[in-house]
Amino acid sequence: MLIFEKSRTGRHLTLLPKCDVPIVMPEEKDTRTLDLHLPELSENDISRHYTELEKKSRGVNDGFYPLGSCTMKYNPRINEDMAALSGFTEIHPLQPQSTVQGCMEVFKTAEYYLTEITGMDHMTFQPAAGAHGEFTGILLIKAYHTSRGDTKRNKIIVPDSAHGTNPATAAMAGYKIINIDSREDGCVDIDKLREVVGEDTAGLMLTNPNTVGLFDKNILQITKIVHEAGGLCYYDGANLNAVMGTVRPGDMGFDVVHLNLHKTFSTPHGGGGPGSGAVGCKEILAPFLPKDMVEGEVGKYHFVNAPQTIGRVKEFYGNFLVVVRALTYCMTLGKEGIPEASSHAVLNANYMMNRLKDLYDMAYDEVCMHEFVMGLEGLKKETGVSAMDIAKGLLDNGIHPPTMYFPLIVHEALMVEPTETESKEILDEAIEVFRKLYHDAKTAAESLHMAPVSTPIGRLDEVGAARNPILRHKF
Amino acid sequence: MGSYVPHSDADRKEMLAVCGFEKIEDLYAHLPEEVKLKDGLDIPVGMSELEVRRAVSSMASKNKIFPTIFRGAGAYKHFIPSIVKSVIGKETFFTAYTPYQAEVSQGVLQSIFEYQTMICELTGMDVANASVYDGATAAAEGVAMCKDRKRKKALIAATAHPHIIDTIKTYCFGNEMEIEMIPEKDGKIDMDYLKVHMSADVAGVYVQHPNFYGTLEEAKEIGEIVHEAGAKYILGVNPIAISVMKSPREYGADIAVGDGQPLGLSIAFGGPYLGFMACTEKMTRQLPGRIVGQTTDNSGKVGYVLTLQAREQHIRREKASSNICSNQALCALAIGVYCASMGASGIKEAAIQSTSKAHYMAEELEKIGYTVKNNGAFFHEFVTTSKAPVERVMSALEEQDILGGYPLSNGTILWCCTEMNTKEEIDKVVSILKEV
Repeated sequence: MLIFEKSRTGRHLTLLPKCDVPIVMPEEKDTRTLDLHLPELSENDISRHYTELEKKSRGVNDGFYPLGSCTMKYNPRINEDMAALSGFTEIHPLQPQSTVQGCMEVFKTAEYYLTEITGMDHMTFQPAAGAHGEFTGILLIKAYHTSRGDTKRNKIIVPDSAHGTNPATAAMAGYKIINIDSREDGCVDIDKLREVVGEDTAGLMLTNPNTVGLFDKNILQITKIVHEAGGLCYYDGANLNAVMGTVRPGDMGFDVVHLNLHKTFSTPHGGGGPGSGAVGCKEILAPFLPKDMVEGEVGKYHFVNAPQTIGRVKEFYGNFLVVVRALTYCMTLGKEGIPEASSHAVLNANYMMNRLKDLYDMAYDEVCMHEFVMGLEGLKKETGVSAMDIAKGLLDNGIHPPTMYFPLIVHEALMVEPTETESKEILDEAIEVFRKLYHDAKTAAESLHMAPVSTPIGRLDEVGAARNPILRHKF
Repeated sequence: MGSYVPHSDADRKEMLAVCGFEKIEDLYAHLPEEVKLKDGLDIPVGMSELEVRRAVSSMASKNKIFPTIFRGAGAYKHFIPSIVKSVIGKETFFTAYTPYQAEVSQGVLQSIFEYQTMICELTGMDVANASVYDGATAAAEGVAMCKDRKRKKALIAATAHPHIIDTIKTYCFGNEMEIEMIPEKDGKIDMDYLKVHMSADVAGVYVQHPNFYGTLEEAKEIGEIVHEAGAKYILGVNPIAISVMKSPREYGADIAVGDGQPLGLSIAFGGPYLGFMACTEKMTRQLPGRIVGQTTDNSGKVGYVLTLQAREQHIRREKASSNICSNQALCALAIGVYCASMGASGIKEAAIQSTSKAHYMAEELEKIGYTVKNNGAFFHEFVTTSKAPVERVMSALEEQDILGGYPLSNGTILWCCTEMNTKEEIDKVVSILKEV
């Protein structure tokens, strides 16, 4: 039942004292005459409503959540405690700088950790999410070329395996997109890359490990080809959780990178946000960074604007409390813990892949990084059971499904990212469920078409929802 | 060092063996040596929870918490009911991902559907999205929504928040929309300039109301001028103000945007906040970001899904209306709880108290020789001259743990009151300023 349907006229909480100054109302020409329908409830009603909604949701705390490309690792509670400190939550963004030295220290310290982890020289925390970071990073590239009068560079190269945000970002930044096909092994086709680079190349957007979970071994050659053509290289940090402490985007030849602090650095996803899409860059892009970079020493921090700044991508300094969480995580793990997290993310993915590959077809049968992709095309042809059906079957077994139908270059794809915070027992249980579902597909396909049956609701009519959109409750 | 990796040595050994390896480093053996980091990361060793708690708390303690705040300028300290924090602290809500798997995400989806309804109610508009990053990005996305084949120019009110203007400019540097500023005249936009510059290539006009100085613009008349020229009207509003002031719909807006922070979110040094976006039904397909819709399951039961995804990047790639693929879901949840607990009467009360206290403070300041500079009506922010150098005024207040108004570049001060400010606090400010 919607919260509006629980409303009872006159029910309310007692929250505000009476006004202690004479009442002033807006002039008539600016006074609202339109009705305002908001629920009228008791605090108990509200508490129960949201408890009911919580029960109809699923978070990392509810169980295994191997959602590929999303890095659903455990969200440490110390991070939450630190982000709830009143010394952070009660600080106005426009207080005098002498009174916000602690907040600035958070930014500067997080920048120190994350530039070292990525091999970059600077980092801005203004972008609020991965896609927002991509946008910021690509604008840095655009500002760089523009500042050199190199305006013929109007194309961004994106492999066909890329996240959908990559081409959408490049388009938002005014670029034409050159999609290049991947090789059969999912990596960048060097010959094709050589063919498309040229005087109009602004840059290349890449994830490495790539979206099929493989490390592209030609990475130095790839970035060199782009640089020699006068372009810059953008690293989509969505998959950084595979390689921290082993390789760094900066050392692979990337000039700019975005991080998803809500993936790699353990801050919670919040059902879709808030996240943080911090952007790191090399020195050559520093003159263009967004406004309000923190400079100086402990106790003497101040905000500065880069000389040729692209401006602001957000009203203030970014999702500050998310940065507090990510910093807490970095300080907790430190020099050994950060690489340990990555290597065990890779171990968990390889373990699951090896224990499933006798049944399921792996899109690429080689050592994977932090995630692996299964292609269920064969199973579907044989049994009629699709990747979607297996995903819904997992729901009935208490497991959040992997990412479905991505990357687009693998048919009937299921992309599994276990993360490092899951134990062997959890993986073993999940492996058994995957194996059972494979057998169900062969023997009882119909039951999988009907799945899920144990969830609060069955498969929803998405086509109907888009055809006849009902996007709000009507009173 | 701290660690969240649960593997025992025996687990690790057994798991590596299944993969055909002996040591954990073997997992990276196939990576080219020349890209590998040689001496490890140059960062401090990890810490125990207690050590981290001390270190981060010590950073927090280096900030000054002002118990009394008379500063707004885009971040407003309003009352937040206890129930808001309790709900957003629920583990499943904060650890959930974007609700792709609708069958196990009905709670998150329903909360967004309820949020969308509340935003439609507040703004009076037909459709709202699931939210964007903040008020400034909502304004920038709103401007981008208006671009079409023939119309590629946006007129932006110079009286809007400078950071919002900056953000719109950055987005337009990207999408290559031309920007023209509507200049300020006596603290409001220059209406004559607007009338003359509404050419056939103007796609949209963005106006903030109340504007950066707290002043009410001629919002209705502006809308008429904009529509006469065939352009779209984007109105930036304060969500608490519109509970008693005319809603964007009543002013004729095509798109309503703003920051949802006043509705139950902490000021938190600038974020996370939330940008709300709502528009007329006609413009639904241009609306960026996630949208939740109602539908039914295979047995006819009512449920909710992410919908109208044909606008979005994962389907449309470079042809998408925006690259945004998330929303500020937990903030949207907080706003839902805030609106439910305050109710229409509570939000109106907060609005009336805010504007009443601002007017009381303005009058009291005038009595001691500060001049209110607003040209016409204001809501809960107003600008005054200063009798003493602004730095001295601010430090006198800071000594008494009061964060004064926001100093503007021309030596004036932008003050803000909300229901949090008591008459006693206002009188105290006035008595301190009298002595400066």
